[in-house]
Amino acid sequence: MTQESVAVELRGIGKRFPGVIANHDVDLTIRAGTVHALIGENGAGKSTLMKILYGVQKPDDGTIAINGREVALRTPTDAIANGVGMVFQHFMLADNLTVLENMVLGAEKLHGIGDRARAEIRRISDAFGFGLQPDVLVEKLGVADRQRLEIAKVLYRGACIIILDEPTAVLVPQEVDALFANLRELRNAGNAVLFISHKLDEVLAIADDITVMRRGTTVGTADPHTTTKRELAELMVGSELPSPETEESTVTDTVELTLANVTLADEFGRNLLTDVSLSIHRGEILGIAGVEGNGQAELVETIMGMRIPGGGTIHLGTEDVTHWHTRKLREAGIGYIPEDRHRHGLLLDAPLWENRILGHQTQAPNAKGPWINRSGARKDTQRIVAEYDVRAPGIDTPARALSGGNQQKLIVGREMSGDPVLLIASHPTRGVDVGAQAAIWDHIKRARRAGLAVLLISADLDELIGLSDTIQVILRGRLVGTFDPASVTPQDLGAAMTGGQAA
Amino acid sequence: MKSFNPRAIGLALLGPAIAIVASVLVTTLVIAAVGSSPGDFWSTMFDFPKPRSRVDIVNQTAMIYTAAVAAAIGFRMGLFNIGLEGQYTLASYAAAAFAGGAYLSGFANVFVSLLIAVAVGAAWSAIAGILKTTRGVSEVISTIMLNSIAITLVGYLLNKYGVHEGNTVHTTRIDLVSGWTPFENRDGEIWTLVIIAVLAGVGFWVLLNKTRFGFDLRASGQSETVAKASGVNPHRMIITAMALSGGVAGLIWMPALFGKATNFGLGTTFQAGLGFLGIAVALLGRNRPIGMLFGALLFAYLSVKSNDLTFATDVSPSIVQITQGVAVLAVVVAYEVVRRWRARLEQRVVAQELGTATEATA
Repeated sequence: MTQESVAVELRGIGKRFPGVIANHDVDLTIRAGTVHALIGENGAGKSTLMKILYGVQKPDDGTIAINGREVALRTPTDAIANGVGMVFQHFMLADNLTVLENMVLGAEKLHGIGDRARAEIRRISDAFGFGLQPDVLVEKLGVADRQRLEIAKVLYRGACIIILDEPTAVLVPQEVDALFANLRELRNAGNAVLFISHKLDEVLAIADDITVMRRGTTVGTADPHTTTKRELAELMVGSELPSPETEESTVTDTVELTLANVTLADEFGRNLLTDVSLSIHRGEILGIAGVEGNGQAELVETIMGMRIPGGGTIHLGTEDVTHWHTRKLREAGIGYIPEDRHRHGLLLDAPLWENRILGHQTQAPNAKGPWINRSGARKDTQRIVAEYDVRAPGIDTPARALSGGNQQKLIVGREMSGDPVLLIASHPTRGVDVGAQAAIWDHIKRARRAGLAVLLISADLDELIGLSDTIQVILRGRLVGTFDPASVTPQDLGAAMTGGQAA
Repeated sequence: MKSFNPRAIGLALLGPAIAIVASVLVTTLVIAAVGSSPGDFWSTMFDFPKPRSRVDIVNQTAMIYTAAVAAAIGFRMGLFNIGLEGQYTLASYAAAAFAGGAYLSGFANVFVSLLIAVAVGAAWSAIAGILKTTRGVSEVISTIMLNSIAITLVGYLLNKYGVHEGNTVHTTRIDLVSGWTPFENRDGEIWTLVIIAVLAGVGFWVLLNKTRFGFDLRASGQSETVAKASGVNPHRMIITAMALSGGVAGLIWMPALFGKATNFGLGTTFQAGLGFLGIAVALLGRNRPIGMLFGALLFAYLSVKSNDLTFATDVSPSIVQITQGVAVLAVVVAYEVVRRWRARLEQRVVAQELGTATEATA
């Protein structure tokens, strides 16, 4: 092993975009034969740094040395030629091609497209335990297999420095363990792996070295054998670590939302939701766990009246709202934090005060009869900006100009306005930095104490366990298990989410 | 309150400025290429209009502007109502036929005729809305086809029920509503119903900026999915917006009917093509009430002044269609370029005001 040789050395990297310093004075040393974790909040500058290392962005200052030799990486092609490969969060695979075809696509010159390529794929697959079958169509592969294929693609192209951008975001806990086994194999073979994450447990489990970024620069390194999660998080945030610890139960006897045998079919008659029954009391947070795409989005859209169920009933309080449309439901006091704020939550080119009106067009203080109440909406936007700490120059700023975390805080503030009775929160802290995350958790918890019923959908199991009073698991459009967050572990949930076992 | 900072206004004017420069350049090149004198052309075009032309320009501006408002109602919610032409042809025929029937007298007749124009225009465009919501037919396709159907239908009805005079056929003549004569009698009058354009413009602005309906309309135009999640019923919104657009379109030719034409005759009294001009002006004016006013004025000016070309130069008046066409094409491109530039500028301003590194990555 070549433990002590340095694979990548970044010195004094700086990158400025108009008006924004994305990176400055970044120093990063990655030893060959190690897994190096790069951690930091969203917006800390990790992505920019990765793009610089992969040749997508050109640094304004600083030097990059690979295997001791200073290089200029102008394009990804340069990066690959220097042995740097990157696996993006969003896979870049052609579904209707086979594993072999995806592998050789764009790299036909390396090992041809026939038996030599097949042999090379088998060699890589066997060496690292990927279990790839060259002639299977990619559309038949699961998420974890696709990820292994992406990693194999990078190796096939001769990379020995592999960048993984939040690779565990799409995996359930069991798959994460398998990925880590692969990464250890890669490391033992002398490759350098740069692992980007903000999940500290995972970082501590896999990394040999840790570098922390904050506000565009590297603020420190840590030894995973001696450091704790808390210390890492404090390095990341620069202050105390927030955690979603639920306080004493505030669940009341009054049922706010009841779904009874709700069934929803798509246009081809296939069931997206099957016999979904649940109830949420006032003051209760019901968490829904599940691998994405198992009916969570459909469940939310059904409750929000954006889809009308084919069977079953939905009651809000004692009122039958099964066939109500979105506007009427919102007027009845349902707040909605959508999963995708750009698709469902904000008018990006409209100013903040118009976004305050959005979804509440018919309600005070935004409207008077058929008229928009401009001054009322503007005043209330000022209040939200102040109370929810939305960092924006003013309420006439277009929503697009805000960072994701600030956009989300605006949405949370809006949906908490007007005393909702029920909050549908889909991934409320996704893509949000740690500071904003803690603030959003606090707002949800405060509303819960005041008697709000909350349906919480999240891919972050810690968030679900920390906030929820009850957790239900959704799998292929059915609720398959109920868990008590006080006793459940992420592993239990992971098993239920993948159909392993239900409690 | 909203501040009127000079930079924002400068940015808003940049698009049209680029477009006008481009259209002037292209027109000049075309004229030079066919061997005529661009100098003669521009000096004729820039020559201050005579009183008669000035009256014509005002009347034409009003009709083009009404058409632009009709188009803009659709555009602002992302609907491309290409069917203004058919809607106002059918509506104009219906209104003229009703007015000619003289069931009512005086202003009551005019007023009810206008209502009929609105109703027919709205009903005709609502067909496209209903086809879109129930059958998923693109409104671009259906409205274009409805244009042909409307014109054929009007031809048939006119032939069957109209007044035949020699080779022409038209609806029964009606009494004109006297207008305002700003110059001498021979220079013509500004039609009373030009007021329709003013009301359409003001109404459009109020509807869009002051009402819940207008908010829903704009939200739908910016993002269908966002609007739906905010409680807008997309089907109802599409049908309402199409009907509203068609209703306003029904009024396009009304000033001319009651101001000068006295009857509806295809190829004779009826002025076709205003619907397409309206679409172009809505694009040119970015669907904004004031922007479209300047656009309508520009197009009316070009159309009216181009008549002088016949006497003063050897350039065909049709050349201004090239000017108009290039202006629209260039403005669409220029707006997009300016919009991206402005988005970057705004992001930079936000980043500067909030301190630097917190906004580090996208």
